[in-house]
Order: sequence, then C-alpha cells, then structure tokens
Amino acid sequence: MAQDHDHPQDHDHPQDHDHPHDHHHHDHPHGSDLSPMDLRVRALESILVEKGYVDPAALDVLIETYETKVGPHNGARVVARAWVDPAFKARLLQDGSAAMRELDVGGRGGEHMVVVENTPDEHNLVVCTLCSCYPWPVLGLPPVWYKSPPYRSRAVIDPRGVLAEFGTALPAQTRIRVWDSTAELRYMVLPMRPPGTDHLDEAALAGLVTRDSMIGTGLPSSPDQGDRA
Amino acid sequence: MNGGQDLGGMQGFGPLGLEADEPWFHAPWERRVFAMAMAMGLTGTWNLDASRAARESLPPGEYLTSSYYRIWFRALESQVQQHGLVEAGELAAGAALAPPAPVARVLKAEEVAPLFARGFPSDRPVAIPARFAVGDEVRAKVVNPTGHTRLPRYVRGRTGTVERIHGGFVFPDSNAAFAGEAPQWLYTVRFPGVELWGEDAEPGLTVSVNAFESYLEPARADAA
Repeated sequence: MAQDHDHPQDHDHPQDHDHPHDHHHHDHPHGSDLSPMDLRVRALESILVEKGYVDPAALDVLIETYETKVGPHNGARVVARAWVDPAFKARLLQDGSAAMRELDVGGRGGEHMVVVENTPDEHNLVVCTLCSCYPWPVLGLPPVWYKSPPYRSRAVIDPRGVLAEFGTALPAQTRIRVWDSTAELRYMVLPMRPPGTDHLDEAALAGLVTRDSMIGTGLPSSPDQGDRA
Repeated sequence: MNGGQDLGGMQGFGPLGLEADEPWFHAPWERRVFAMAMAMGLTGTWNLDASRAARESLPPGEYLTSSYYRIWFRALESQVQQHGLVEAGELAAGAALAPPAPVARVLKAEEVAPLFARGFPSDRPVAIPARFAVGDEVRAKVVNPTGHTRLPRYVRGRTGTVERIHGGFVFPDSNAAFAGEAPQWLYTVRFPGVELWGEDAEPGLTVSVNAFESYLEPARADAA
C-alpha cells in the first residue's frame, strides 16, 4: 500500500498512523478505543465479508475454538497417560498422532506428531527457526516468545542459555537435543515424570504437566509446587 | 529466500520476552487476523506454503520488528491483492468496490470443528524409492533459492546423519510457487553441534531438522 507509513515496531502505538485510509475520521463513538491496527484489520475483514470470502460466524468459531478448547491441557492428558501406561507410551513414541487419537487429541497442526522422550541423559527442546510451527492440538496456539526472533535464533545455538532464561537448569552431563520443525512434522516433548508422584492418579499427574515442559523449555511441576499447568 | 525468517544461529536479539500467564491474543485485532488467515487459507486460493512464502517476503527490517500476527496480516493483505480477491483501492477505502472473484470454498461456522479436528495431512505417496537410508551420512546442499525453501541456512553445507525416514510429503519449495505438490521423501537429519557452530558449541549438542530429499547429497562422493 502506497500510504503505508506505519511503524513496523508494534501494533498499538497510539501515534501509529497505520490505518489504510488517511481520512478515517468517522468520529465513531468507540473509535478512540481502537488502535490503528484494530481499524485496519476491521477494514480488511469488512471487505472480505462484503465480498463473501469469509463468514464472520466462522471466524468467531475459530477464535472460540482456539481460545477455549485447544490448549496445553490436551498435551498434559497425553503425557499423564504415557506416564501411567507403558504400552500407550510405546505407541506414542512410535506414532504420535495415532496414539493421541486414542485420547481424542488431534487435528490441525498435529497431523504428523513426533513425540520425543526426555531421559536423565538427554533433554529435548523444540523450536521452529523458520516460522512458528507448533503442535496446536496438544499445546494450543504458540506463545509470542516462541514465534519471536530471540527464541528462534538462540534455541539452536545456545539452548542451555535459553533454558537458563526460563529458569530451567539441567545437570551438566545431560546432553541437549534440539528439534527444528522445518517441515510438517510437529514435535512434543515427553518430560520425565517427577519423583515423589507415585501416589498421584492420572488426572493429578496431568496437573503437573506445564506447557513449557512439553516444548522442552521447562520441566513439570513437582507435586509440592501444586498445579501450575 | 535468505529472508528475515531464517533466524537459526543469529545473535543479538536480546531477552526472550517471557510473559507470565500470557493471553492467547494480545489485542482484539489479533483474534480476527488469526481467524481470517485460517478462513482465507481454506478458500482454496493459496496453500500453507504460499502463505509462509508471503510472510517471509516482508523486508527483513519489517519482518524482524513486527509482531507475528502483524506479519500474518501484512502477508494476508498482499495475498488477497496478488490473487485478485481484493483491490488496492478497496483496502485504501476500507470497503468493497469491485465485484468478488470466485473462490473454491467459503468456510462455514459448522465446518470449523470437523475440518480442524481432522486436520490437513501433507503426507503423499512418492513413486520412487528413498535415496538415503537411516544411518547415511548426508550433506545439506549449499543452495540460495530466491523462492520459498525450508532448508535453513545454518545447516547448508553441513554434514549430518539420516536418523529417520518419514515417507513422502508435499514439497514446500514447489507448492509455495503453485508449481504442484511434487512430493518428496522427508528425512530427519541430525547434526552435531560442533559441525554447525564449531568448537565452542554446547558439549553434546545435536540439532535435528526435517529435510526433503532434494536438499541432501551424500556426504562422500562414492556413496549413494
């Protein structure tokens, strides 16, 4: 767009004159509450809707699905099942997507799941250096840091430094394996079951499984830390 | 292309920007951009690889300083124009001025759950046998295509080991250019950290990438 003088830095800068029309002075009663990006995105949506390319009701369902239904609680169920059921764990490591379907977990972004298992010797860390590939059905939409240059650049060259920034310290002898999601395979880390959890049932175990422990940037909560998932 | 998206091994971006109790979206417009990108992808006008290509075509300075949903929005704006669905004047006016172009599908609300629960697999049969076997030493080719590719710069010219063969998958480099899915064998190739980063690499580090067959060549001239 010729008149696109926008500040690339960020979206909701109040001084950011990046809406698509220079004459957008409708004095809309709520206009002052909306950022320039809100206005600009609204404009595109109204064009797409007017032209019949998108149904706004479908957009609402998409948003609702990924804000309320899909999230790390799904991955936590998968991990907890693997912790209590060795046969399931074996199937999960063999064919992630097929095993997850047993728990009704799957769908877009999880068509080709690869599950990688942490051990005392080896810790797995998942990144997408080229974009934002992330296993949606088990973790939901990715956090901003996962999609941003600092993590994407550093995870492959300085993984221990990245882990330290998450407050995750591994024994020095633990080797780090990084998985760069450069195709349509999607990775989930199977973290180690924390010690002192023999008395917990599957649901309680799922409560210990954090999002970050399934990316490899964190570890599961310990039972005395309570539910931080 | 060697664009702003190819970030592996770059330095100097600073802290990770971690956020406690991060919301799914950080502004109302991000929700709409996410959903529009999904819904427009399903009109059949372009494919996921083409969308990635559009996003990484932003000038590096803009790519590296934009939030991710802003990158998606800028790519969507250019895609709808490139494919003749929306005219520049319409974006400027914020209103539809020209009749719509035909699209193959308009996603309906009731289709979202079944379609997204099923997903969109990208594995495809490949007629020829795989060139490499598990355990083979392979080198990632030194290439600098101007179009879309999924071979990151930091492995180009480096030698690794084929760790797993995943079957045939849509080849993004071709699909992004609307030149067909042209499926190829997909491998996991594991590189030692020292091979990628030199002697100062994290001890014991390995980095695995998923590499399409045409990205790879035998590490030794007499092999394969």
